[in-house]
Amino acid sequence: MSSGPGRERSRSAATGLNRLPGWLVGALVVAPATGLAMFYVWPFITLIVEAVDLESINTTLGRQRTWSIVWFTLWQAVVSTVLTLVIGIAPAWVTARFEFIGRRLLLSLLTAVFVLPTVVMGAAFLALLPSSFDRTAWAVIAAHVVFNLAVVVRTVGAVWEHLPADMEQAAATLGASPLAVFREITLPLIRPALTAAGAIVFLFTFTSFGVVRILGAPGTRTIEVEVWRRATQLGQIDQAAVLALLQLSFLAVLAIWSSISARRHARSLDLRPLAKPRRPRTLRERILVASIAGTTALLATAPLAAMLLKSVSSPSGWTFAAWSNLGSAEIRPGLTLGINPLDALVNSIQTAAWSTAFATVFGGLAALGIVAAGRAGRILDAGLLLPLGTSAVTIGFGMLITFDESPYDWRATWWIVPVGHALVAIPFVVRTTLGVLRSIDPALSTAANTLGASPVRAWWEVAVPLLWRPLAVGAALAAAISLGEFGATSFLSRSGGETLPIAIEKLLGRTGSLLQTKGYALSTILAAATIGLVMLVDRTGDVVGIRRSPNREAPDDRR
Amino acid sequence: MTGADVRVDAVDVSFDDVAVLRAASLTVDAGEVVALLGPSGSGKSTLLRVIAGIIRPDSGSIIIGGVDMSVTPTHQRGVGMVFQDNQLFPHRSVADNIGFGLKMAGIARAERAKRVREWLDRVGLGGFETRTVTELSGGEAKRVALARTLVTQPRVVLLDEPLTGLDRELHDQLVVELSTLLHDTDSTAVLVTHDVHEARSIADRTVLLDNLGGTS
Repeated sequence: MSSGPGRERSRSAATGLNRLPGWLVGALVVAPATGLAMFYVWPFITLIVEAVDLESINTTLGRQRTWSIVWFTLWQAVVSTVLTLVIGIAPAWVTARFEFIGRRLLLSLLTAVFVLPTVVMGAAFLALLPSSFDRTAWAVIAAHVVFNLAVVVRTVGAVWEHLPADMEQAAATLGASPLAVFREITLPLIRPALTAAGAIVFLFTFTSFGVVRILGAPGTRTIEVEVWRRATQLGQIDQAAVLALLQLSFLAVLAIWSSISARRHARSLDLRPLAKPRRPRTLRERILVASIAGTTALLATAPLAAMLLKSVSSPSGWTFAAWSNLGSAEIRPGLTLGINPLDALVNSIQTAAWSTAFATVFGGLAALGIVAAGRAGRILDAGLLLPLGTSAVTIGFGMLITFDESPYDWRATWWIVPVGHALVAIPFVVRTTLGVLRSIDPALSTAANTLGASPVRAWWEVAVPLLWRPLAVGAALAAAISLGEFGATSFLSRSGGETLPIAIEKLLGRTGSLLQTKGYALSTILAAATIGLVMLVDRTGDVVGIRRSPNREAPDDRR
Repeated sequence: MTGADVRVDAVDVSFDDVAVLRAASLTVDAGEVVALLGPSGSGKSTLLRVIAGIIRPDSGSIIIGGVDMSVTPTHQRGVGMVFQDNQLFPHRSVADNIGFGLKMAGIARAERAKRVREWLDRVGLGGFETRTVTELSGGEAKRVALARTLVTQPRVVLLDEPLTGLDRELHDQLVVELSTLLHDTDSTAVLVTHDVHEARSIADRTVLLDNLGGTS
């Protein structure tokens, strides 16, 4: 997606004199840039400047508790990552090497699981695992592994598909046993993909929040959960801020390490798409493929099935009580808990609608501005990606302590949660849109110029109409992100304004089977909504992909 | 070590219920170089892969050196195979590519280095040990692929269109080199090709594979 400097130059050369006027570029960029500065940069600076001082650093780092949390965060992330890689290798191999009935379905299933909101994943494992497993590190790790299988299967599988099967056969004819072939040939060649997948899984599990909030216990808290706990439950804002920064520095180290290792392992392999997946032929192959694919499918579906079952069961048998009483906050006649599941659903839909609108408008403007502004655009591009690198919890935390006094006391406003969600969603809107905008052949607008269209007119006629489809994809993604967002919302949501994930966490955290059952029912609704939205993206995304590829390289050829 | 004799007996292979080989048979004497000729789709390549143990036949047997190898996995058959696109290991140097089979056979590092050097000289690539295989020219890569297979002294050398796709001059030059190498090492070899001249220049005998692997 990134374009080299040569490519950039050829583009401006093609645009040349017919550049868009500065006022238009400025107008495009100003709104997203201001939004970023106001809702991300300012809160972030506030977090550092106001909350962190020498004393709070000493207090926080001096506490034994801090280090036991850092240690837990680290080891559970390492174990989750290693297990995900080990377990993911078999399905990666099967889907890369073999064509079988349900292959595409299996890949879609894994992707669907990957995009599920974290609280849904937590709820699904809470439903699946026997209660002796609840609230243990292993429950958290199990959820992490299944959650992230798609990362390994897709990343490693994509490289494996391009690895000629004949290369492995060549090693076999030289006397290498299947194990030696894997160790000497296959593993070294897929190692860069394994490393990349591992880095992503580590990032997700190290900053795990929703899964741990549902499945964790006092001994099993990640830094992310502890930030939330100290900030909102204990009121230790300064210590929470130090922890948030500690986590950020870990992430920075990880980012630097992974970019260095990616560069070191970058090997120009001449991997042609030769190795077409083939049908398993021998009985042994068929059994192997069927058992690996079957086990993987079971791993992915069992938690969701358990969640659905728990939503219609009670200690005394099957019941649809939770579903039919979804609109009631009462636990017993006259006694309410203050969480109305149906209200949460309505809140979530409203929030998602607004954050989708914000993300689409600001993201679309940003994408247009980034392409039009050239070098300065790249700064905005990188800036808009920052909220993704920072955790959602940190974003929510920063906003919580920044917008707490007049004239900026916005914590109780209806739009603060949608704005938080939009910050997380905008990078996705920008990415999908930029891809399409960058692939527009500059000769198209040059042609329009020669036909008498002003640069603005040419841009309006050529670039803007192509925007709708990627924006639709971005909007669906933004809606899915908003529906499931839990980290930032945990800080920003007010009582009475709970979104689905907040309500689910509260319901599942209480004792009482009807409450739990309602929690599972809400999780099921949220899971269905997310999967539906992402399937929509998958369909439309394919169409965007087809549009994009033919003239992808055109700007270079035209020099 | 000289090559072993090979007997392929009544081999059937089908993919997704489409027959590729039907009752295919082939006999190669020890030290004989046989060229398999035939139109594309006649199953030449499949037959070669059946001998190598890469494809398991639905029925029939493969006997190498008098031993029935029909169910022996590839790495225990003592066959060597040269692929049309070489299949050099991109993450290993030239020396490590050629030494791979020796390493798998458990031969010590020093001895390995010596034999690799001998074979590099033999194929005219002396001093190429530390080169990266992805930066070799087409002719150099082909010579490395040949050396990698022949250095292990396989009991049967299988060559799957090894010279297809090379430019004319290089092709003619390698035809001569390949013929010399195979005969000097007393190898048993099966060469799959669709080029009659190539077959005649390299092989002692030419076998025509018609559709579905009937030999004549």
